[in-house]
Amino acid sequence: MTALRLDGVAAKLGGRTVLAGVDLDVPDGTRLGIVGVNGAGKSTLLRVLAGVLHPSTGTALITDGHDGLADLRRVPARERARRVAYVPQEDLTAAELRVGEMVALGRVPQTRPWSRGGSTELGLVRDALDAVGLADRIDTACDQLSGGEKRRAVLARGLAQACPVMLLDEPTNHLDVAWQLNLLDVFAARARTLVATVHDLDLALRFFDRLAVVGWPPGADPATAPAGIVAFGPPAEVLSTAHVAAHFGVGSVQVPHPQRDQLHLLIHHREDASPR
Amino acid sequence: MTRRLAFWPLMLVLVVLTVLSVVASLAFGSESIPLADVVAAVTDRLEGAPAGRWDVIVWELRLPRALMAVVVGAGLAVAGAGMQTLVRNPLADPYLLGISSGASVGATAAITTGALAGFGVYAVSGGALLGAVGSALLIFMIATAQGGLTPLRLVLSGVVLSSGLSAIASLLVFLSDDTRAANSVMFWMLGSVGGATWEKLWIPAALVVVLAAGMLAVHRWLDALAAGPETAAALGVNVAGIRTGLFIGLSVLVGVLVAVSGGVGFVGLIIPHAARLVVGARHRVVLPVAAAAGGLFLIWVDVLARMAVRPQEIPLGVVTGVLGAPLFLLLMGRVQYRFGGDR
Repeated sequence: MTALRLDGVAAKLGGRTVLAGVDLDVPDGTRLGIVGVNGAGKSTLLRVLAGVLHPSTGTALITDGHDGLADLRRVPARERARRVAYVPQEDLTAAELRVGEMVALGRVPQTRPWSRGGSTELGLVRDALDAVGLADRIDTACDQLSGGEKRRAVLARGLAQACPVMLLDEPTNHLDVAWQLNLLDVFAARARTLVATVHDLDLALRFFDRLAVVGWPPGADPATAPAGIVAFGPPAEVLSTAHVAAHFGVGSVQVPHPQRDQLHLLIHHREDASPR
Repeated sequence: MTRRLAFWPLMLVLVVLTVLSVVASLAFGSESIPLADVVAAVTDRLEGAPAGRWDVIVWELRLPRALMAVVVGAGLAVAGAGMQTLVRNPLADPYLLGISSGASVGATAAITTGALAGFGVYAVSGGALLGAVGSALLIFMIATAQGGLTPLRLVLSGVVLSSGLSAIASLLVFLSDDTRAANSVMFWMLGSVGGATWEKLWIPAALVVVLAAGMLAVHRWLDALAAGPETAAALGVNVAGIRTGLFIGLSVLVGVLVAVSGGVGFVGLIIPHAARLVVGARHRVVLPVAAAAGGLFLIWVDVLARMAVRPQEIPLGVVTGVLGAPLFLLLMGRVQYRFGGDR
């Protein structure tokens, strides 16, 4: 069964086509990682999947909860936000809100616009904050949090949305090492289907079932040509030495952990090339 | 941990104070009336007793005026809060969209050229309303044609259109030889509720109630919008729709308020901020508190305007500026305040 699908999607930003020819199928219950260099269009791809940016050509589809798929354009925004939680990179700019009030915004799709919330909502907010380790900060003003705490608080809003599909744009930014390791597990435990963009290729190698590399095909000029999905598959294949060199401009090697049964990706300078 | 005042007790205090202030304000004016006689005059009317000595002054002149001050103060505060959310900018006030400048062109034209004289006492208000609606429509069309009602576009086109329209209003005054006209234009631009009558009260009062209730009915969507357009869209809020709704509602409300009271500055800027300082930024609490505080504030502003240099009246905008600026700076210094994450 498919949770999300893109058919021949192109997307424009400010009149310029930044993504083109994207086909993607995200089966229900998978963890999909999106990787790529700065400016490749990872966030744009995620916004199309989330339905907040409509494709300029092609269609973005979402499961209707049964066996069928529905065009995201035709799904009402509120209904869409009940099926897909999307946490953008947009910084926390909630004016004079407390952490708990900001997280409670995640309940907006599920509640009437005039609703006062109440104890059920408070329970969900507490639960979400607990999951990201901020239970004791519920009454703190948002801007008194550190950068990493802010990121976790915003992610807690996504958890409070309690959707089967969760889309996260660079969730691990600003987080300390322990939270970088834990955070994706927290979401994986609560979402049936998880799609996230990350920069840490080593983390991507170990955590996801599938990886998609957003970038340019060989020979295309990144300044003018639209990007697309240039590699897709199991992480160990997608992050092969040849692929990493071609799409990220660095040397790399996958090595087994000496004490644990898992692969790690070591990254080093590539002597023969400059960064693209 | 941020300190805040509890919502319901604060609302109760503000509403009780407002009612008491309305009654108390009736005693002040060119003719001072003892408070007991004021109360007697009001209760006589409410009980249908024969009119006493102060009936006309209290019931026909001062009460509509006091109520108009409440309506205009509450309306400007609600409009200011809405505008600050619409454009996500702490410097936004109800007049941001060029509405007051448009209104002043209309009112100035009515005063200096005698156009609309057929409307009698409503000529200036009518001119102001026409000007306000015209400028709001202009901004709406410009912004929509250029891609939508985004905050930056609204702020910039509002500021530019405001200065353009102010220039036209100044030109109209300059071209007219009548110095009395120049005076009344100036007085009108700075605001007054002196012309209030029972007949003029209903439309703005109803609009304030409708708009405040409408915004309260979608208070969670407004909270989401204040958190950012991308966040609001992710939460299933129709960003373009709610922006258009806010824009139209605020334009109509502010246009009517300007038409009945001129341009009372500062209330719509500082009262919403003051409300956020004491109860936090959620619209569910900010809107009622701002409305009550705005009404209370403007009653006493109007009393001061009548009493400061008796028998002359000074414009409300002068009092709100002189009083409001230090009050707000004081408040801001005492409490840590943020808007949109900026300290």
